[in-house]
Amino acid sequence: MATQTSEQKSAGLDKNNKYDRQLRLWGDHGQSSLETAKVCLVNATATGTEILKNLILPGIGSFTIVDSQKVVGEDVGNNFFLTVDSVGKSRAQVATELLSELNEDVSGDFLEENVDDLLEKNPAFFTSFTTVIATHLPERTLLNLSKVLWEKNVPLLVCRCYGVIGYLRVVVREHTIIESHPDNSHEDLRLDRPFQGLKEYCDSLDLESMNKKDHSHTPWLVLIYKYLQFWQQENGERLPNNYKEKNALKELIKQGVRKNAEGVPEEEENFDEAIKNVNSSLHKTSVPSEVKALFSDPACLDLNIESKNFWVLMRALKEFTENEGNGQLPVRGVIPDMTADSERYIQLQSVYREQAAADATAVAEHVHALLHSIGRDEPLHPDKNRKPGTITDDEVKTFCRNSAFLTVVRCRSLEEEYCPETANLEELSRHVVEEEEEGSTEGDETVLYIMLRAADRFFSEYNHYPGAYDNTMEADIPRLKSCMNKLLHDWGFSSTIKDDYVQEMCRFGASELHTVSAFMGGVAAQEVIKILTGQFVPINNTFIYNAQKQNSTTLKL
Amino acid sequence: MEVEWPGRWNHLKKILERNGPFAHPDFEPSSENLSFVKDVCKILVIGAGGLGCELLKDLAYMGFRDIHVIDMDTIDVSNLNRQFLFRAKDVGKAKAEVASAFINARVPGCKVTPHFAKIQDFDESFYRGFHIVVCGLDSIIARRWINGMLISLLQYENGELDQSSLIPMVDGGTEGFKGNARVILPGVSACVECTLGFYPPQVNFPLCTIAHTPRLPEHCIEFVRILLWPKEEPFGAGKPIDGDDPQHIKWILQKSQERANEYNISGVNYRLTQGVVKRIMPAVASTNAVISAACATEVFKLATSCYVPLNNYMNFNDTSGVYTYTFQAEKLDDCLVCSLKPQTLTFTETDKLQDIISHLQESPSYQMKSPGITTCVDGKNKTLYMQTVKSIEVKTRDNLKKTLKELGLTTGQEVYVADVTTPVSLTFRLQLGSSMDNS
Ligand SMILES: [Zn+2]
Repeated sequence: MATQTSEQKSAGLDKNNKYDRQLRLWGDHGQSSLETAKVCLVNATATGTEILKNLILPGIGSFTIVDSQKVVGEDVGNNFFLTVDSVGKSRAQVATELLSELNEDVSGDFLEENVDDLLEKNPAFFTSFTTVIATHLPERTLLNLSKVLWEKNVPLLVCRCYGVIGYLRVVVREHTIIESHPDNSHEDLRLDRPFQGLKEYCDSLDLESMNKKDHSHTPWLVLIYKYLQFWQQENGERLPNNYKEKNALKELIKQGVRKNAEGVPEEEENFDEAIKNVNSSLHKTSVPSEVKALFSDPACLDLNIESKNFWVLMRALKEFTENEGNGQLPVRGVIPDMTADSERYIQLQSVYREQAAADATAVAEHVHALLHSIGRDEPLHPDKNRKPGTITDDEVKTFCRNSAFLTVVRCRSLEEEYCPETANLEELSRHVVEEEEEGSTEGDETVLYIMLRAADRFFSEYNHYPGAYDNTMEADIPRLKSCMNKLLHDWGFSSTIKDDYVQEMCRFGASELHTVSAFMGGVAAQEVIKILTGQFVPINNTFIYNAQKQNSTTLKL
Repeated sequence: MEVEWPGRWNHLKKILERNGPFAHPDFEPSSENLSFVKDVCKILVIGAGGLGCELLKDLAYMGFRDIHVIDMDTIDVSNLNRQFLFRAKDVGKAKAEVASAFINARVPGCKVTPHFAKIQDFDESFYRGFHIVVCGLDSIIARRWINGMLISLLQYENGELDQSSLIPMVDGGTEGFKGNARVILPGVSACVECTLGFYPPQVNFPLCTIAHTPRLPEHCIEFVRILLWPKEEPFGAGKPIDGDDPQHIKWILQKSQERANEYNISGVNYRLTQGVVKRIMPAVASTNAVISAACATEVFKLATSCYVPLNNYMNFNDTSGVYTYTFQAEKLDDCLVCSLKPQTLTFTETDKLQDIISHLQESPSYQMKSPGITTCVDGKNKTLYMQTVKSIEVKTRDNLKKTLKELGLTTGQEVYVADVTTPVSLTFRLQLGSSMDNS
């Protein structure tokens, strides 16, 4: 494999090299998910092309731009993927041509058509994509598009930039994540309930009889295991659970440090590490509540032939936990680096790895039985051309290794958000009321969401955005205020929003500033990448960015 | 090529020619704001890599037309997944030149001037010519150097800062899905040195682990890189490792695998080997886009006063959800570089010159790389130690082992320290105590 890589390298532009910096984040499997993805962009606005740019560079499979508009001078003023000599031409076409130059491995296509017409004539066009991104769509069109995609479970991302406001909405019915790559997480060391292999290994080491070198190179994991046993002789079989008890254990460990002939303690780094790790390593092993909740999810309980692999695996994990696992998830099989000699570190690492492998095998057996019971037969020897519906042992291993971090994101539909009866008023009112009570002029970004909705309402009434033209500025301010109040009224809010926001909104006049588009282009593209790779956790469900203050917030609407 | 056309500036004009309740208190809506951006304001972009490419585009579309860019690097294949102004045919060419040419061809009227050079190649008069400096760098040393340069340009009259000598610095940094953007008003708000703690020094594996008790695949690779390569000199005497040469990486990979097998360590592969040898940081287009955009927005605010600039630091992370956090980093009263207060070095007469050098390297608030020390004796400059110039190093090497007393240094003596992290020498005052109250 290594030689292959270097040979490819000498050939010049291979993907390993070109994508090296991102492969270190989402791996080859994440990359191949990207490379098979078909992404559709509705409207080649500055925001739209910036999003696509950040998807084409890392190498999605293909993109298609749907846009019926012709390029105008204003578009060229803020969009890197349009040129002044293209004024009057199809915006979809020009943007597709310039975006395609970014990466020869990505194929680009366009359709110069109106979204409303397309939705009417051929809605299946949109559901043929892996993901659809919509920018700057009027409310009614957006809701129609969203409905079509929702029914077929095709993820939709809605993005727009308005003055200094950036808005992103992720609309996905169900998104399951195995590799969420948490930034910081507890190690899975099981010191509170050592498994057989760990016990045997630790018990086989005798600190007393060790020579000086071995003593100072015994991994801290083993030290804590042993001194915890001493502590338990006095305190019973439990973990030290408060500051005082933990200190007592630390003191015991400290006493274990070898002393020289003069009775002065030697420098033993492994003992220092053991003391340092008492707090973080001695916690009760348990199934995280998020994962527990997934065990009782209907999708996990009611498996059928159509069930996603994720849920079959989840059910198998549940059954493992209830049986072989004695209430616990499979052992992760990863230990941190620590002061130790090579031999014993590798032995200890193998102890954990072997248990992880054994647990994964047990989970795999549940998987096989479940697949059989729902009529999806698993070949005993998984061949290389795996058939759809089967689950490989590698998938089971990855699932088990990540079992503490499994995540499911379910967004509400746009329809639910836009209908006053089902809108998440609690989320909205919390911020609106806060704003009023504190009487601060520095409102939360939630207010900006409300202002965007008010601007949309304004648009559907007056057919232009508030402040779009200098000569209607004066008139637009009270009109926008009335749209906002109607919106608040529909939601049953008695409070209102400061006039400052109305005025500032009119100042924006629906302008799309390039740097706001570029910021949101990065954010939205990364959310698409999360959805396409099934790695890292996307937002649920609305992100609002305020470039004025470089602040942002995420709302569940 | 047409430079002006109907509607070109419509988006920017709304913000620049209308007032709003959230505008900067000093903001005056007028067509002059845009004229200033277009015709007067001169911006320096440092770095034409992941952040730099984005910055050039962002600034050009925010109306800036007199932009200079400095970068000493040439284009590598691994840049192409995010540095979107470069194509496969550009590999090997100067980043600054290709990036400038691209922007100049795409954005009518915009003139980006490239400098295929190091920041250290330019002097005060060059830097003084800019209104705002924006950094998209991956090097902390370069960041510190530019920071020091902009602070050295500050002029004070009767202790009052002359505002016209202040050149704001906007700085962005990214790593994987994390990034930060900050605004530095030299002499007024926290500078790079005030917040040196934000840039933790590179942690290396202990040499004894690498040599005697390897446990991780990285330990095996470091063994080959640090110990085996200089011993075996596989590609000729004195030939250093070139992380971009596949033959070099292949050799290191093979030797690392041999060592890993010997210790039953698994996980050595080509990607990891190259990653360790070149100290590669993961990078994606999206984070660079986000951070550059935030920086360019701040440049626009500083240039036009349309809004109050960020005060003064934003962190970004989109690993799990999308998260931003803004806060005010604190200006240190006794900052080495921006406080105007002389720094004191407290040692004893029996401490050696080497102790001072080590202190300057290891202290978290200095983190110097190869400090050189001079002093003034009887009105004459005397070099105590200088590592960077070979002939002087040889001449002054013996001083390292001498005590401060032997070198004739006394309390109150000023020593001047030069280092790659700073464009100007820094002045320290010595405080020599008795050997009991050693620092
Ligand atoms: Zn400072």
